[in-house]
Amino acid sequence: MARYGMVIDTARCVGCMDCVVACKTENGIPEGYDRDWIAYDTTGAFPTLHMEIRSERCNHCEDPPCVYCCPCGASHIHERGGVVLVHHDKCSGCKACIAACPYDARFIHPEGYADKCTFCIHRVEQGLEPACVAVCPTHCMHFGDLDDPNSTVSRLLASREQHTLLPEAGTKPQIWYLK
Amino acid sequence: MRELVSTRTNPMIDPALHFWGWEIPVYLFLGGLVAGMMILSGYFLFRGRHREMSCSCLTFPLLSVALLSLGMLALFLDLSHRWYFWRMYTTFQPTSPMSWGSWILILVYPALLANALIRPPAWITSRLLWVSTLSARIAKRSAAVKFIGITNMMLGVLLGVYTGILLSAFGARPLWNSSILGLLFLTSGLSSAAAFVHLIASDPLEQKLLAKADNGFLTLELVIIGMFLIGLVSSTRVHLEAALLLLNGPFAPVFWVFVIGLGIVLPLIVQSMAVNNKVAHTPVAPILVVLGGLILRFVIVQAGQVSHWTRVVSSN
Repeated sequence: MARYGMVIDTARCVGCMDCVVACKTENGIPEGYDRDWIAYDTTGAFPTLHMEIRSERCNHCEDPPCVYCCPCGASHIHERGGVVLVHHDKCSGCKACIAACPYDARFIHPEGYADKCTFCIHRVEQGLEPACVAVCPTHCMHFGDLDDPNSTVSRLLASREQHTLLPEAGTKPQIWYLK
Repeated sequence: MRELVSTRTNPMIDPALHFWGWEIPVYLFLGGLVAGMMILSGYFLFRGRHREMSCSCLTFPLLSVALLSLGMLALFLDLSHRWYFWRMYTTFQPTSPMSWGSWILILVYPALLANALIRPPAWITSRLLWVSTLSARIAKRSAAVKFIGITNMMLGVLLGVYTGILLSAFGARPLWNSSILGLLFLTSGLSSAAAFVHLIASDPLEQKLLAKADNGFLTLELVIIGMFLIGLVSSTRVHLEAALLLLNGPFAPVFWVFVIGLGIVLPLIVQSMAVNNKVAHTPVAPILVVLGGLILRFVIVQAGQVSHWTRVVSSN
């Protein structure tokens, strides 16, 4: 059984937002809404500042609180790759999943249901990469099976220093950022 | 120093989280109020006080049905995909407090109606004869009355605690992430219910009894709020920052003045003097308690949405 994850090389990401535009185009995201976005994280004290530019989205957590709190069973873990998805026709729009997500990765679609990144599962099932990964001009984004030791994502995680977002929230995010 | 800037612009999420408006606090308040009324009413039934004509417990059940329905209406209005609300009743999700709540609410209605059947009002019995026949049969069996009383008390506790657990289960919101919130909302529901019934009770002895009970609930509520804040302050940095929202942050004036001062301490002093016959019973104290309970839900729900694991300094 595959376990899908994403590895993003922050040393290569320039924050061009091609991933954001690709996602909007591929998934028909309404104007003013984002399934993925760019975060500029600056730490340190002047003049020794460090900036990390990250392409962020739903972390498709292995322990997803958004799925556990859903009263309708709309939020679920997809059988393929452990991707966290939402059945739009089961969602009542109660917003419990929004309250539960420590990454604030979800939003309410103008049609009323909870929406978020799907890892472009419709493309992945056809053997394609997610749209954001496919268009990245610096090739900083990688998608693949974390259970396959020979996949690009596994090899990168084995060879480079990396971190996840808010590991202290205990949700086991499936997106890693290479330092 | 850390500065986190995001390009994300999702409505209700950015720049500050605000996904629940007035509907959820109103629902949580009414749910807590009804829970408190079920416990008080169940207790009166258990003690056999329903035989007394003046018992305010006879007005509880139908009033509770109306208040709970109002709360459910608020909940329904909050849903953004509201015509799919029935999906909650096609499944049971054991890990979801909201799923538990939706099924508890389904059980609460028949329990309240059974409670109402013990002494139904005249305007119902004059129209529906079978109601008075059924009511007479139940009233004759004290075991049945006690069973309805106990069921109402148990479901009241479940409903009251659930309104708090609903929020405390969200680990992503540090202010809510305390299991004592269930106990706080249950106690606040009991104090609001005692105050509300105090307002409508006609029997002076019952008024005094409810004022005494309310003093106990208010004292307990103060202790629980203290424990809730101590728990947050002594936890991680994000939990401490969440507590500071109430202690000296943007929600502090409302919290200290309306929830603690006017909603608990002042009515506690006035009602303590009233039960000791130093001042006459006044409706001002119970009105303040009820309003304090409502404002407590607003403060907790709104401040909880502001409390956060990470802080985005600005959005562009």
